[in-house]
Amino acid sequence: MSAIASSNMPGQVGLLAGRAVRHIIRQPAQVVFPIAFPLILLAVNSSGLDAATKLPGFPTTDYLDFALAVPFMQGALFAALNGGQGLARDIEGGFLDRLALTPMSGPALIAGQLGGALFMGVVSALIYLTVGLLIGTGIAAGFGGALVLLALAITISFAFACLGTFVALRAGSGQAVQGFFPLFFVALFLSSAFFPRNLIEQDWFREVATYNPVSYLVEGIRSLVITGWDGQALAQAFGIAALMITAFLALSAWALRTRLVRT
Amino acid sequence: MSSLVRTRSVALAVAWRGIHNAFTNPAFLLPSVMFPLFFFIAFAGGLSGVQNAPNFEFKSGYSSFQFAFVCMQAAAFGGVFTGFAIAADFEFGFARRLLLAAPNRGGIVIGYVISAMVRAAFVIGVVFIAGLISGMRVDGSLGDLLALLVMALGVSAVATLWATGIAMRLRTMQAAPLMQMPIFILLFLAPVYVPIELIVGWVHDVARFNPATAFITAARGFVSGEPTKVGVAAACIAGLGALAALWARGGLRSAERAG
Repeated sequence: MSAIASSNMPGQVGLLAGRAVRHIIRQPAQVVFPIAFPLILLAVNSSGLDAATKLPGFPTTDYLDFALAVPFMQGALFAALNGGQGLARDIEGGFLDRLALTPMSGPALIAGQLGGALFMGVVSALIYLTVGLLIGTGIAAGFGGALVLLALAITISFAFACLGTFVALRAGSGQAVQGFFPLFFVALFLSSAFFPRNLIEQDWFREVATYNPVSYLVEGIRSLVITGWDGQALAQAFGIAALMITAFLALSAWALRTRLVRT
Repeated sequence: MSSLVRTRSVALAVAWRGIHNAFTNPAFLLPSVMFPLFFFIAFAGGLSGVQNAPNFEFKSGYSSFQFAFVCMQAAAFGGVFTGFAIAADFEFGFARRLLLAAPNRGGIVIGYVISAMVRAAFVIGVVFIAGLISGMRVDGSLGDLLALLVMALGVSAVATLWATGIAMRLRTMQAAPLMQMPIFILLFLAPVYVPIELIVGWVHDVARFNPATAFITAARGFVSGEPTKVGVAAACIAGLGALAALWARGGLRSAERAG
């Protein structure tokens, strides 16, 4: 606590972020499962849905290239879940209340808590990209595209982590954060994550996927792998991620103020 | 009172409690209904275009193709959710009181299996109705559909016995991933999206020997009115059931020793 009193905002953020990262590293299940599970699904789906690449109009001849974007999204969902649960645990355990008694600033508190989720986002994005390259996926946009892909994936992870933080601050319980996880899952499945939007036969599903922001996040990542430099897809993906970050950070700040007022 | 009568009375009491809890508590009922329904909608709705791929042959349409998989998945995960309930019973102390009170402890396991099978039948019914409303084509006869249900109940029993063995050994909700992941992997290393002939890579090799392939393929045969691999599927379920029953029995012994 004396470290908090004597440090400025970057110092406070660093202290809390370091704590969040240590919490994650000390629980291997929080690292291994969010990374391994999407990769297992990638392997299964790329084998099972390879036949779809024979359809006229399918954007690639290898389903692995098409599906590589999905683990990045699943990693982002797990980042939201882990970040939110970590913060909810701090709320339930009274740590947040004790922190509120210190000179810790509200923005530093939120930014610090997001540090752990951001750490997971970076680690998992690097692993997914490395595994993808090792098993034969090419990045059509080249080395620069790979860097942009990492930047986009990390931005998306951060956006979902902000959402998880808001849910945790608003609800104050790990169970509530867990209860949101199926909704994230639904959002991913009702998108163009597994099939190109133009080839979805069911009109209602295609409409839902068209209005689902997750579709554009996935398509932004995918464009770098399959197409190369698609300015529109990247602008949409970065734009939606930026909107999510802005909105959920603002909501998190409001939720934090409300929560501290209650105590 | 004979052993059979004691076993039956314990089994029915545990089954009734499980069924009552499952159907009167929305927190239990909704996930077990919503997840299979959601998978059916997502797969049949979002991936239906894959049926136009070359050499994809299934006469009853992609909705029916996925309905068969979702049936098996709902049955299997119903068993897993029952395992969660058993673990929760241990965490809250109810299971220990049950072990003390039951004149035949094997009946406890049988009761859990019965409650899981009833839940599975209900969920499959809901998904079936949803499928029919969405225009799913069913070419199987009533006999085929009943056979499908019986097979699904067999899968439910196998999954419940597996989850029971884990729950009774570890006696904590933290064992949930251990109950769930093997079932999930077994199901997804089978022909989920396309017939096995269209799967490529190592997953094809695994799916060839995966027992889940047999009963998913048989389920699709029943739905399309062209029963296939029924004997293989029945043998797989019987074999897995025997192994899972031994596993559950070991779990029960472990729970008894723990006191």
